[in-house]
Amino acid sequence: MAIFSKSNVPQFTVDVYQNEYLPEGGREVNAIATVTSTGGGTIGSAVGAPHLYSAAEGPDAAVAIMVDCSGSMDYPPTKMRGARDATAAAIDAVRDGVHFAVIGGTHVAKEVYPGGGRLAVAGTQTRAQAKEALRKLSSGGGTAIGTWLRLADRLLASADIGASAVRHGILLTDGRNEHESPEDLRASLDACAGRFTCDARGVGTDWEVKEVTGIASALLGSADIVADPAGLSADFTQMMEAAMGKEVADVSLRLWTPMGVEIMFVKQVAPTVEELTDRRTEAGPRAGDYPTGSWGDESRDYHVCVRVPGAELGQEMLAARVSLVVPAADGTVQTLSQGLVRAVWTDDMAASTSINPQVAHYTGQAELAQVIQQGLDARKSGDFDGATAKLGRAVQLASASGNEDTAKLLSKVVDVVDATTGTVRLKARVAEADEMTLETRSTKTVRVKK
Amino acid sequence: MKMSQMHQPAALSTCPSCEEPLESGDLFCGACGYDLSAVPEPPVDRPTLAINGMPPGPAPAAAPDQVPVPGPAPAEWPVAPEVDSSDVPAPTHRSADLPGTDSAGGDLGGGGLAGDAAPDDYPLPAPADPRTGESMGAPANAGAPVNAGAPAAEGTEAGMPAPTTATKLCVACRSGHVAPDGYCENCGHAQPRERDHMEQELDAVAAVSDRGLRHHRNEDAFTISSTALPDGSPAVVAIVCDGVSSATRPDEASMAASRAAGLALDASLPRGTHPQQAMHEAIVAAAEAVNALAEEPHGAREHQPHQNAPACTLVGAVVTGGLLVVGWVGDSRAYWVPVDRTGPTVRLTEDDSWAAQMVAAGLMNEAEAYADERAHAITGWLGADSYELEPHTASFKPDRPGVVVVCTDGLWNYAEAAEEMARAVPADAALRPLHSARVLVGHALDGGGHDNVTVAVVPFPAAPQGAGSA
Repeated sequence: MAIFSKSNVPQFTVDVYQNEYLPEGGREVNAIATVTSTGGGTIGSAVGAPHLYSAAEGPDAAVAIMVDCSGSMDYPPTKMRGARDATAAAIDAVRDGVHFAVIGGTHVAKEVYPGGGRLAVAGTQTRAQAKEALRKLSSGGGTAIGTWLRLADRLLASADIGASAVRHGILLTDGRNEHESPEDLRASLDACAGRFTCDARGVGTDWEVKEVTGIASALLGSADIVADPAGLSADFTQMMEAAMGKEVADVSLRLWTPMGVEIMFVKQVAPTVEELTDRRTEAGPRAGDYPTGSWGDESRDYHVCVRVPGAELGQEMLAARVSLVVPAADGTVQTLSQGLVRAVWTDDMAASTSINPQVAHYTGQAELAQVIQQGLDARKSGDFDGATAKLGRAVQLASASGNEDTAKLLSKVVDVVDATTGTVRLKARVAEADEMTLETRSTKTVRVKK
Repeated sequence: MKMSQMHQPAALSTCPSCEEPLESGDLFCGACGYDLSAVPEPPVDRPTLAINGMPPGPAPAAAPDQVPVPGPAPAEWPVAPEVDSSDVPAPTHRSADLPGTDSAGGDLGGGGLAGDAAPDDYPLPAPADPRTGESMGAPANAGAPVNAGAPAAEGTEAGMPAPTTATKLCVACRSGHVAPDGYCENCGHAQPRERDHMEQELDAVAAVSDRGLRHHRNEDAFTISSTALPDGSPAVVAIVCDGVSSATRPDEASMAASRAAGLALDASLPRGTHPQQAMHEAIVAAAEAVNALAEEPHGAREHQPHQNAPACTLVGAVVTGGLLVVGWVGDSRAYWVPVDRTGPTVRLTEDDSWAAQMVAAGLMNEAEAYADERAHAITGWLGADSYELEPHTASFKPDRPGVVVVCTDGLWNYAEAAEEMARAVPADAALRPLHSARVLVGHALDGGGHDNVTVAVVPFPAAPQGAGSA
């Protein structure tokens, strides 16, 4: 298999942070698994900082850029211009040798470059041709994002690269997905999930936050708002560089649990909160896989919560094995790294009552994301008391955990009277972009200071 | 609490009402609320008494290379290969506390620091050497291999793959196989470990180690063995180690240290190395064994993100026909308990603890030192983070039969003062060492079993081979 014959398969490590001690009768076990991938053919070990390969040295990859060309992109005309410039910038960031395509999206999807149901191989000439093709992008028509995704899927699948090479999409939209039903979009997402990963961006303020975040979530990419089209180029460049930094695709978090152990939840908690519990696929006796998408040099944290059967004081059991697996060519999987989640029953109250700082921190971060969502929903539905309570709690959590970015976004939606107690007043007037930014970025977390 | 003569609540090791172990500075018992300020002063427990009941005399002007062991035909102690007085710093216990000699040969009772006296002085008057005229056949190693008490424990520890366990059925669910990492593939339960409870008895010595009631694994370890001096007279060895829980893999550290020390003594005593020198070398060997653990790749074992170097304490005793040698690093202890309890029970070791060091260095008086919350932090241990190893040894020539109780703080927390220890040790301890060791472990478990408990009971003098059980 291509990807393992190369030197750039990253090294994965799993570090488990937990308080394994349970009181008599205790059954709930929480653990944070920090998964870090480093190495590949790279020098740096700066986690989270995507690096750039020099020309033609990177792993096989294919990318598709989906640009919204619906009629609304011309209002204001800066949007279409921004999108064109951003796509050009993204194309410049495509590494030599990477397969790529540009798709124009309306109520149908059109191949903008190279066309003919193929992908181009990045090089000086193809990049220039692609940018030339962008000039012809014009707006007009509706929005049916599902059709864009299905075309991207077909193109990416046609690339002459290994089955487990990185396949990635970048999607830009400025409006609601009005020309297909939510069920159609859902079906398209289900069809594409696991076949490629996709970052989604909303430009302006006329799009639906839940649609864009839903696409990114389903396809294991990032979601963000670019309220001002002028910011698109920088954002696209950064997204493409991150995509170019990915070294291994289709990585799954595998959870093995003993008989009688109930999985309460599995979620990614850093860099963003992503619920994974329902996305389990069975993988042999008492094991299940949760998708994590593709990885470069980066580190992510997962919160695993299981309920174990009770046991006597002094007993110890394994509550779960957490491992990272990638599919191999022959249909088996390769285990990249493993960590153990344990349960030990003790009558030492000091041991059993302490909460692991990582678990506490991420429990708070997950609640933060939840109360922001609930607060904004309440605000939209006119429940201002509910909104005040939820957003107040959010301010309190963001302040206590040092999540300064989120605190800053919250302060544009509420007037903070006292962050420590979470006392806030809803602002009478809130810019739509601020509210959408808060909602889109509500799942961003900060890591605990180590 | 190491020193109990303080008039402070912190001087108590357990609550007088419910036996709950106390923290330094507690004013009330955390379990039952007993007002500790109302507690009467516990018995004095300073090892100021000579075992012989007489003050240590001045060192006879012996030639440095010779040991004036009275009695005909004693074992010939060859000169130690190296004079270690330059390697061995001054002992941290106070002079005059211990009627013996330290590893540098200094007279501990002489009021000076080690090194003042010529090496290998043995100032204690000795009774008739029981080995005199004894001529035994080649004393075998008591039939048991040195580490018979803890075979293969290395392979059965938590998270350590042991090839033989792969086919074992889980003892908890009886249906799953045990995975290489020691957990059941079906129900996930950790398998009972060999080290949860260990017992071993040789003819002249016995040891028991137990996980206790609060800890999920036993981080103590022991080695006992029976060997012989070059003249054929018996020598009994007991080593007890307590893994430092705040360090990584404390269980492996204690096991490695106790084994290495036991092996070293089993090798050096028959060669004729003086027992005190042999003990010193054994502690150095144990330290090296623990240091070596830090270099081992940890790999696929139980994953712990933040590793530090393994560490443990060590206390050991060598008993021959006429000599009793103890050696230690850390806060594990040895007590002398005479058969005739009208004689004094004595603690033979001085803890390597912060408070003991402060007092020894003259920086604080005992009251101040033991009032400090750092009082019980150990200041000496075996392991890679120990920048300077300071093995302490002392030798004694008891003038009456008795037993040496070699133990970790899991026991002495419940019998800290020598008098308390004397009460806990059964009267027939010299005749039934295994039974006594069990009784002492039971004493600790009854008291709460807050820590791992390990006790070795070594009768003095060392009985000739087979004499006790034949």
